Amino acid sequence: MTEHAPVLIIVIPLMAACLNILLGLWKKELSYPWAVLVTAVVFGLSLLLMQTVLSGGTVHYRLGGWAPPWGIEYVIDHLNAFLAVIVSFIGCIVAVYSRRSIEKELPGKQVYFYSIYLLLITGLLGITVTGDVFNIYVFLEISSLAGYALIAVGDDRAPMASFNYVIMGTIGACFYLLGVGYLYMVTGTLNMGDLSRILPGLSHSRVVYTAFAFFMVGTAIKMAFFPLHIWLPAAYTHAPSAVSAIAASTMTKVGAYVMIRIMYTVFKPAFSLEVIPMSAILGWASAAAMIAGSVLALGQKDLKRMFSFMLVAEVGYIVMGVSRGNSTAFTGAVLHILNDAFMMACLFLVAGAVRYRKNARNITDLAGLHQEMPLTMLALFAAALSMVGVPPTAGFFSKWYLILGTIKAGEWIFAAAFLLSSLLNAVMFYRVLETVYYTGEPTPKRQGGSSAAVNEVPLTMLGPILVMAVGVLVLGLFSGRIIDTVIRFTVPEGF
Amino acid sequence: MDTVHSIQPVLVLATSLAAAILIMVTGDRNRNLREAWTLVAALLKFLIVLSMVPAVLDRTILECTLVSIAPGLTLQFRVDSLGLFFALAASFLWLVTSFYSIGYVRSQQEHAQTRYFACFAGAMSATMGVAFAGNLFTTFLFYEIITICTFPLVAHKETADAMAGGRRYLTYLLGTSVAFQLTAIVLTYSFAGTLEYADAGILAGRAPDSVLMVIFVLFIAGISKAAMMPFHSWLPAAMVAPTPVSALLHAVAVVKTGVFVVLRVVLHVFGVDLLGDLGLGTALVYFASFTIITASVIALRQDNLKRRLAYSTVSQLSYVILGAALLTPSSITGGIMHIALHAFGKITLFFAAGAIYVAAHKTEISQLNGIGKQMPFTMAAFTLGSLSMIGMPPLGGFLSKWWIALGAIEAKELLILIVIATSTILNAAYFLPILYAVFFKEPRLGQHGSAGEGIHEAPLLMVVPLMLTALGALALFFAPSVFLDLARGAVSAVMGGQ
Repeated sequence: MTEHAPVLIIVIPLMAACLNILLGLWKKELSYPWAVLVTAVVFGLSLLLMQTVLSGGTVHYRLGGWAPPWGIEYVIDHLNAFLAVIVSFIGCIVAVYSRRSIEKELPGKQVYFYSIYLLLITGLLGITVTGDVFNIYVFLEISSLAGYALIAVGDDRAPMASFNYVIMGTIGACFYLLGVGYLYMVTGTLNMGDLSRILPGLSHSRVVYTAFAFFMVGTAIKMAFFPLHIWLPAAYTHAPSAVSAIAASTMTKVGAYVMIRIMYTVFKPAFSLEVIPMSAILGWASAAAMIAGSVLALGQKDLKRMFSFMLVAEVGYIVMGVSRGNSTAFTGAVLHILNDAFMMACLFLVAGAVRYRKNARNITDLAGLHQEMPLTMLALFAAALSMVGVPPTAGFFSKWYLILGTIKAGEWIFAAAFLLSSLLNAVMFYRVLETVYYTGEPTPKRQGGSSAAVNEVPLTMLGPILVMAVGVLVLGLFSGRIIDTVIRFTVPEGF
Repeated sequence: MDTVHSIQPVLVLATSLAAAILIMVTGDRNRNLREAWTLVAALLKFLIVLSMVPAVLDRTILECTLVSIAPGLTLQFRVDSLGLFFALAASFLWLVTSFYSIGYVRSQQEHAQTRYFACFAGAMSATMGVAFAGNLFTTFLFYEIITICTFPLVAHKETADAMAGGRRYLTYLLGTSVAFQLTAIVLTYSFAGTLEYADAGILAGRAPDSVLMVIFVLFIAGISKAAMMPFHSWLPAAMVAPTPVSALLHAVAVVKTGVFVVLRVVLHVFGVDLLGDLGLGTALVYFASFTIITASVIALRQDNLKRRLAYSTVSQLSYVILGAALLTPSSITGGIMHIALHAFGKITLFFAAGAIYVAAHKTEISQLNGIGKQMPFTMAAFTLGSLSMIGMPPLGGFLSKWWIALGAIEAKELLILIVIATSTILNAAYFLPILYAVFFKEPRLGQHGSAGEGIHEAPLLMVVPLMLTALGALALFFAPSVFLDLARGAVSAVMGGQ
């Protein structure tokens, strides 16, 4: 079974999604445990893959035994395995969380929810394991279609938000597909390994330039890279809580992964950074994303909307690191993919908990909530520290590498952008935390007794929140370990 | 110099941290037990700090690496003379303040006492972290933790004023540290390739002069806990906090952390020689002098007692920086000594301000006429404290001023003598009128009410600590032994036994 893990990680959730409908027809209650079980198995498989990669290097798996370029090849190296572990772990945690929150937000639709949820996981994992550019497109669409559906079932304004996302997402996917088409025209292959061997000889070709441009814009839309982010805030604000959490923490990261693959595996750094001045273009755009995302977040009243704009800024962090062209910044970017996945999951899960308990979504509704939900608010506090980048939380370490990387590249102004964005995050979270801890009804504290009754969310929701919060606090301490064992090997050659 | 592995620094941090957790667990249910944790931890911590003294005086460095997170980012403690000096002063004063705190919050029936004591313990744990930190990363980590732990103490009253003060506190401390200090640390790492403190500095010859100057300016601007102008206004704003907080945190732990980190940067990151070569020492001297004089002038105009003390602190903190910036052995000794000497004096003054508030509910200086008769012990201590601030022998404050003045002569900065003299006159100008009013003016009609007759002191738990610290300020003049030895040790380490 071990040797089939690369394909099982896709096949299991795909089949499970279909089986889930049958199971649900028989007994509705089975959907939830089924989804949790499947995501847990997938997480186990991803760990297995990671271990295989760590001990034996890159895994090549030929689907159906067909040799490339005719067959589809799954290639798993350190970067893929890293992403797969993140996606499947968060997928599993959010699945556990979703039970009560979906019960409340989508009563009676659980069966269909979990089917689509599993499809989303299938799509995201598919993108991470495949070594074929067209196959990426297929999985990109699976995950996006699942995403459109999941977002559309949110609150009253969700259908419109989802519709916008469909339009933008489809344009993005088309661009990506056009890129694939152009490359196929000149190379006759879709396999990444083959492409990377053939393309350096074609670096003067206009067709290749065009393909590259389509790829970049397509992935930029998919990962909500500023200024192509406009679909994201509304979509993630109005989606069901669990969906916002999984989408915010993994979908943009997988988009970033595709960008890394295209820039540094399919094309080579020599092409992406030297023939085409991607470093400067992406650098300035990322700086704009960091600042604009943070500034826009400042103006939001809705908690999830504020987090969504922060996510736009965080995407800027990652792209900035990816496009600096040195190993320090790249390390920071990959580390930030992990850290940001945890922070975003934590933030959106907390927002979901608040919505579940208080049916509230505005920042002002958080007033005095630390008495009623002390642990949830502590989790929010932890995530906030990490977003600001206070050591020893995880956010500090990735930011450290990112800033060092920009200095190494001699780009001081980008280093300043990181700091400015951190400061803006501090202002925002101060506003939220002040509301949580220092406003609200004056309780009879002078008597000294415990005031408002503690009324936390159910354990299936609280558990995942705390797992994420502890992750945010503890992951940072293992940054060095993670870099040495995994991230070090993901840095492209030539950096 | 030997380096010995030791877990003592970790134990020091752990005692307060454990106390913070135990305090939270115990909560309001059993107040005596909760307060017992504070006292036990304070005592234990002081004893452990004390137990490190012989080894460090023997020129041994106690080292403990907790975790190496990534290249350059190591959580490491290194107890040297300078760090132990600070730790000793802070942990002793924490012990004293613990008693005072209990007396204060109980007699005031403050709300949220559990949060108060827990945050207090947390802040002290982090302060020890700064004192023992062996590199810039560890320092930065605990520097930020102090800010976060003390915010609930500053905003304790939860009134609009307190929240505004707290907001300013966070804005200045967190804002400058993220914007400037972190940048400086990143730059230091990218040029020096290390963040570990070294006696000769780590930046010499590693970067062009212009970059070094930028780094230095970023450091000085980023350490706003030192309350150098123009980053000082958080300190007066933080005076909305309960008085024990102002006393310990804003005369000892927080602000002294600031100047301590400045000392670290001056002595162990840049190094005396490099700063001298770049002429940055002189620049810092004039910056510090400006703060010394200006803050004293502002202090003259404050009627609120705690605000006057706060501006006095702003001014006195820059003495430490001045001493370090003069870059001579005597002046650095004086600067380091001033950390402890000023702490003893200023904490006495704050304690007295709190005692006056508890016993007579007075906060403004103009209300204090004749209160000396009502609170003789408190005001006697207050007198000692203010004389120490002015720098009058035989009080501790004299010593540090003396050494700094000597250093100014050694460095041929005669203008600085004028600064010191002016500042002394200004100090006298804002303290002596208080003393005069307190002892010799008649209370205005109906000012002290019926309690005007006879002695009416604050609770014993408050009066005894403030007498102790006042006597401490006196005793340090005659026997600055341990502190002086440690300060000399620190200086000889960086100056090569001069």
